Amino acid sequence: MAEPGRALPAPTPETQHFWDGTKAGELRLQRCDSCGKNYFPPRPFCPVCASRSVSVFKASGKAVLWSYVIHHRPVPGFTPPYAIAVVQLAEGPRMMTNIVECPQTPEALQLDMELEVVFEAQNDKITLPFFRPAKG
Amino acid sequence: MRRNAVAVVGAAETTRLGVIPELSQLGLHADAALNAMADCGLSPKDIDGIATANETPVQLAHYLGITPTWVDGTSVGGCSFMIHVRHAAAAIEAGLAKTILITHGESGKSRVGNPPRSVHPQSLNGQFEQPFGPMGPPSMFTIPVLRYMKRYGVTEEQIAQVSVVQRQWAAMHPRATFRTPITTDDVLNSRMIAWPFRLLMCCLVTDGGGALILTSADRAKDFKTKPVYITGTGESVETPMVSQMEDFTSSRAFRVAGPTAFQQAGISVNDVDHLMIYDAFAHLPIYGLEDLGFLPRGEAAAFIAAGNTAPGGKLPLNTNGGGLSYMHSGMYGMYALQESVRQMRGTSPAQINGAKISVCHGVGGMFAASGTIIFTNDPA
Repeated sequence: MAEPGRALPAPTPETQHFWDGTKAGELRLQRCDSCGKNYFPPRPFCPVCASRSVSVFKASGKAVLWSYVIHHRPVPGFTPPYAIAVVQLAEGPRMMTNIVECPQTPEALQLDMELEVVFEAQNDKITLPFFRPAKG
Repeated sequence: MRRNAVAVVGAAETTRLGVIPELSQLGLHADAALNAMADCGLSPKDIDGIATANETPVQLAHYLGITPTWVDGTSVGGCSFMIHVRHAAAAIEAGLAKTILITHGESGKSRVGNPPRSVHPQSLNGQFEQPFGPMGPPSMFTIPVLRYMKRYGVTEEQIAQVSVVQRQWAAMHPRATFRTPITTDDVLNSRMIAWPFRLLMCCLVTDGGGALILTSADRAKDFKTKPVYITGTGESVETPMVSQMEDFTSSRAFRVAGPTAFQQAGISVNDVDHLMIYDAFAHLPIYGLEDLGFLPRGEAAAFIAAGNTAPGGKLPLNTNGGGLSYMHSGMYGMYALQESVRQMRGTSPAQINGAKISVCHGVGGMFAASGTIIFTNDPA
């Protein structure tokens, strides 16, 4: 569990499915029914073709480490140094996250390393998606 | 827009730069505005258009005693003032106003009269970035850089060179905050902020402001100041979330704003005598040089490290020392514009002799927005 004090999201009607998904142990993305684009963050229409015909689907949870910094300054809920990362999901979209079960060092955190999603409940309502080195 | 139809006739920074606890943010706007009016011999009754960011144009119009027929409150981060210049030039050409004041003021260090910065937990940033521990620009703006470094084989030493070179320019400016020369080792041994970024690769945090006054080129001839003509402009935005940039090695907003300005100006990068690229962090000039077309992708860091942008180099860049050494109140774009105007007037302490074309390129947010202004003192 993360320490108390971390900033937590407040879902909106347009994003509720994503946070319901993390709570249920699923990483939910959206796909356009018209043009097939997979996209994130959530919105009830396609950011490529503007179609309102879109579907929510369960992503594989597989990703690669795209880029990051190792933050050395104090932030509520975090113990520096810690990595603030962006991962590239197998389905295409990128998302910000933290990398867990891995030393927070440049040597351990290699770009393009394979990752898999894990979920950590923060309270009764919010579960955050983190990523750890893939266990193959 | 027509080239050279509008000119900057008034330009000034706040009376002091640095730590100014005796003035609020609004007071810094006003101090800069009064200095710019004095620079070109105008009073509030002569101003009929006002643009500003962070504060609203309503606040400034009332505080300064201006009755505008045109206002612009575009507030998209530190390049807002480049975008104000663009909008103001279009407005003057369209006859919506004759004399436009653009103001900036920010109590970035002393935090007097600044609204607190916060990220709403229901915003997209609040839901999909803030929970993972970023704390302001040093931990966000820097996130794409490792991808750039891996793709092009760029080293921490090369990024540190940006800070070293800009300090050489700052040493020539009496008003620069940091003027003492630094070495690559100084940068690489400075306190770690967000690896691979160390303290001396990050901008200052200071108090200050600046203001510009624009009018038509025809009217500009009646002023005592040397007109600085607006010959090309561009603007764009991409995303409020750095994690959602299309390409971590390049800014889409840069690639739209920059070429738009060059096309309007009818010039190529080879025509540029002087260049300002908003440098909140040391990687910004690298991205800017490539996205504006000065260099092929992946070559800008080596170009800077080789001294090409340093005093005496072939492409003088950030000749005030930039946000890394001159000053950075939070929305630095106004200070880059001020240095471009000084260079075109021939009054910079680091004057590039004979410079006729200055490109001033800004960023807003974390690669969220961009504005580019190309100035000339030779409208022929």
